[in-house]
Amino acid sequence: MKKRDVILAAFGIFLFWQISALIVNRNILPSPLVVVPIFFRELLNGNMLSHALASLWRVVASMFLSVALAAPTGLALGQSKRFNRFFSPVIYLLYPIPKVVLIPIILLFFGIGDLPKIIIIFMILFFQILVLVRDQAAALPTELIQSVRSLGAGRRALFRFVYLPASLPAILTALRQSVGTAVAVLYITETFATQRGLGYYIFLNASTLFDYPTMYAGVLAMSLLGLGLYFSVDWLEHRLCKWQFVD
Amino acid sequence: MMITLTDLTFAYPQTAPVLQNFNWQIRRGERWALLGPSGCGKTTLLYLLAGLRFPSSGELLIDGESLSRPRPHSGLILQEYGLLPWATVRENAELGLQVHGFYGADGIHAPHGETAVTPNLLPWLERLGLDALSDKYPSQLSGGQRQRTAIARTLALNPDLLLMDEPFSSLDAVTRADLQKLTLELCAEQNLTLVMVTHAIEEAAIMGQKILLLGNPPIIKPLIIDNPKAGKKDYRDSQEYNQLCHDLRQRMEVV
Repeated sequence: MKKRDVILAAFGIFLFWQISALIVNRNILPSPLVVVPIFFRELLNGNMLSHALASLWRVVASMFLSVALAAPTGLALGQSKRFNRFFSPVIYLLYPIPKVVLIPIILLFFGIGDLPKIIIIFMILFFQILVLVRDQAAALPTELIQSVRSLGAGRRALFRFVYLPASLPAILTALRQSVGTAVAVLYITETFATQRGLGYYIFLNASTLFDYPTMYAGVLAMSLLGLGLYFSVDWLEHRLCKWQFVD
Repeated sequence: MMITLTDLTFAYPQTAPVLQNFNWQIRRGERWALLGPSGCGKTTLLYLLAGLRFPSSGELLIDGESLSRPRPHSGLILQEYGLLPWATVRENAELGLQVHGFYGADGIHAPHGETAVTPNLLPWLERLGLDALSDKYPSQLSGGQRQRTAIARTLALNPDLLLMDEPFSSLDAVTRADLQKLTLELCAEQNLTLVMVTHAIEEAAIMGQKILLLGNPPIIKPLIIDNPKAGKKDYRDSQEYNQLCHDLRQRMEVV
């Protein structure tokens, strides 16, 4: 994908928004020409930045936490048939459960504040990463393992030179695939039991203040947060997994 | 004698033995071809020599020592999938040295007294014609170039024993002949003992000064065919070579 095409597409979307705003012609759909200036004003002078940072912190903390816990677990399961036989039915049952429905329970246990929000997003990312890393590690050809063992590698060197680099693309793919869901769930968690975060910001402007242009600025900020995270993971993937992008 | 197998029996769990009371000797510097149909246990035998499988009973000694893990001075080259897909040719070729450096010269993973050096693979990459490809990934290479990389990785560790499991069987005929020639040259240059598993009669005749012919398991008594002219210039076009291939073909039908 060329940069130019992406910029053109972004321009097209804004154009579509502008035309729709002209056609609808009501205050529930303000024009981007109104929203974008408000977005910058709120970001630079208002309090949107602090809400955005609160949201960013929650997602990034969940991402780190889930990678830190899911990657080693996935590697262990992928390497050991016995482990996997024991745990895979548990994962099989837990993986498809929509973690969003656990929000009330998590709130009951962990109360208000950042922790319950981080835990919910963590649970979503954790299973994605776990499953992909596990499958990646299990799919490594025996021939590869044997030939690296024949070079003298024991358990630790195999981990360092084979399993760890092999899990990296799986981690990044899992993050890329689930970062959208993570931001969506972040929004839901931020609509109650908090007064910080973009979710709260959007919710407040929409349903309490009825300030639609500012609400739209919040929506724009949240979209950019998701996009930014997606692009970051994509960028990391291109940098760290160069071999996947050669022709 | 470099390698001695004495009354060696090997069976996978809950199956009939592949090798039974098997005796075999390999002298230093010999080049052996292990020839047989698929499923005959030739790869199992090679993995035993590599220290990746262990005898159920009996004894396998290399340089007088039995194996409990891969021996640092043995190099193993497999048919496929031996290279790290995420590493370049250079990084792949350095892998063995990296692994040795990771543990230090402990005598278990790497030979005693091996001094840690910054890997300089350039001479090997040049010798194997890979210097222009050193920044490519395995997916960008041809099958022959991949096997050359695997050879570079193994030879960088200064092995004295080279174990190969059908290393060229997925290559086209020209590349295969080319790499067979290269392997013969390298064996002579580096004084290597070679054990090569193959299912191709022609390859066994080209590579093996001695050919161990294996039938269906259990393998009890080795059938050894001497082929002293293997590796000599123009052997591939000689009458003797054709005669040997003919004999081997007939014998394989019998065993």
